[in-house]
Amino acid sequence: MSGIDWTPFLLSFKLAGVTTLILFVLALPLAWWLARTRSRAKPLVEAVTALPIVLPPSVLGFYLLWGLSAQSPLGAFFEETLGVKLVFSFPGLVVASCLYSFPFMVQPLQSGFESLNRHMIEAAWLAGKSSWQTLWRVALPNIKPALLTALIVTFAHTVGEFGVVLMVGGSIPGETRVASVAIYEYVETMEYGRAHLYSAIMLGMSFAVLLGVALFNRSRSRNRGGDR
Amino acid sequence: MIEISLRKELLGSGGTMELAVELRIESGSFVAIAGESGSGKTTLLRILAGLERAEGRIVVDGAPWMEGRRSLPPRKRRIGFVFQDYALFENMTVRENLLFVRPDRALAERLMALCSLEALAERYPATLSGGQQQRVALCRALMGEPKLLLMDEPLSALDPAMRRRLQEDIARLHREFGTTTLMVSHDPAEIYRLADRVLTLEQGRIVGDAAPLESLLETAGSQKFSFRGELLEIVRRDVLHVAVVAIGQQIVEVVLDRREVERLQPGETVLVSTKAFAPVLSPEPSR
Repeated sequence: MSGIDWTPFLLSFKLAGVTTLILFVLALPLAWWLARTRSRAKPLVEAVTALPIVLPPSVLGFYLLWGLSAQSPLGAFFEETLGVKLVFSFPGLVVASCLYSFPFMVQPLQSGFESLNRHMIEAAWLAGKSSWQTLWRVALPNIKPALLTALIVTFAHTVGEFGVVLMVGGSIPGETRVASVAIYEYVETMEYGRAHLYSAIMLGMSFAVLLGVALFNRSRSRNRGGDR
Repeated sequence: MIEISLRKELLGSGGTMELAVELRIESGSFVAIAGESGSGKTTLLRILAGLERAEGRIVVDGAPWMEGRRSLPPRKRRIGFVFQDYALFENMTVRENLLFVRPDRALAERLMALCSLEALAERYPATLSGGQQQRVALCRALMGEPKLLLMDEPLSALDPAMRRRLQEDIARLHREFGTTTLMVSHDPAEIYRLADRVLTLEQGRIVGDAAPLESLLETAGSQKFSFRGELLEIVRRDVLHVAVVAIGQQIVEVVLDRREVERLQPGETVLVSTKAFAPVLSPEPSR
């Protein structure tokens, strides 16, 4: 067993980082809207948003494979107009991950916004601020734990995904062969030593991240309540 | 001058109710709104602020804030609003809370000086007492030099001493800025000290519109001395029934006869009055 090949991990983190960034931009306005709307469409939107949680990854992966392939209008558009192939490629993995991890970004943000004192938000409007200014300067800074949860969970969930990436991305080294897929392949080819090593690295990193979040939230709640 | 003429269907505890208010308010006046909970007081303030929709007209100094279907959004109305729960921006210091409304440093310092908040300028809301937070909220509400200051039971969450202190701050700020003010309040002493006009709301209608003294004096007829209180409990002592009544901060006992016992329910609001120096609740005493 020679030195560890870090490429699958780097790929996993690159994928998770890009996905988290894109989802933050996409999910923020939706979560803000969901938290405040009285629209009748709200349950419908919430149900659609939550779908990736309950769908088997293989179902999502299958639809994505079909939707992103050159046979579908979307896949054809990307391939012909933008020259981007979405199946068995990194951009395809990003699209798949965004769909797969969407609820993990929307839901913590939404419940964070819902837990805010409504009067505080109204006070910002009455102070002459637009909805955007209110979101950016009042709402978001006051849901930091929820914001952190959303970012970390989305990142971690994307690092941890397996079924969808395997179906949409396959296992092209350096392109779509992320850590979870690499471990699967080592097990398949009975290279248990490497599978152990990779799994242990994943386990250690995941634990470290979650411990970090828990410690941050604890120190924060102490600072808040401390000097009353 | 503020002209208000509005109506709105409300869903109250006892079915639907219509809020219907016709009102003119002189610029610079201080109007208290009294009335039982559920009578539409808070909704009236929220409609004036643009936080809730209604039908009708609101014209402030000739400028229409609401007319038919057209309604100015809250942020364009120049409203100062003080909530019962303070609602400060938790992520900002006291000074930042004020400057967020308008970056006018001179005004912020002046307001903080008027409410003795200078020493707390760099503190965050979570580290302040309720009274301190409400003083900040009061200053914040005035930062935009509002046309109309709306206060929804601003002091009801505070203890009596702090309430007194805040009443002085409110009075000082009103003298200083002369902002037309509407304040929802249940506290007669507070209304008497601050307001120059009292509106009483009942089931969505204005049923009283008078000067504070006239509106607040409960005594009528031959009862020279009369207090409103809450009947806490009726206890039986030997052959007597005794009502325990809370009047303000005080608890008193009044002897009842059996027929009165049947008529009265604990939790009810009662009037305790004396007639010819004999404390009575009913004109017909028995054994």
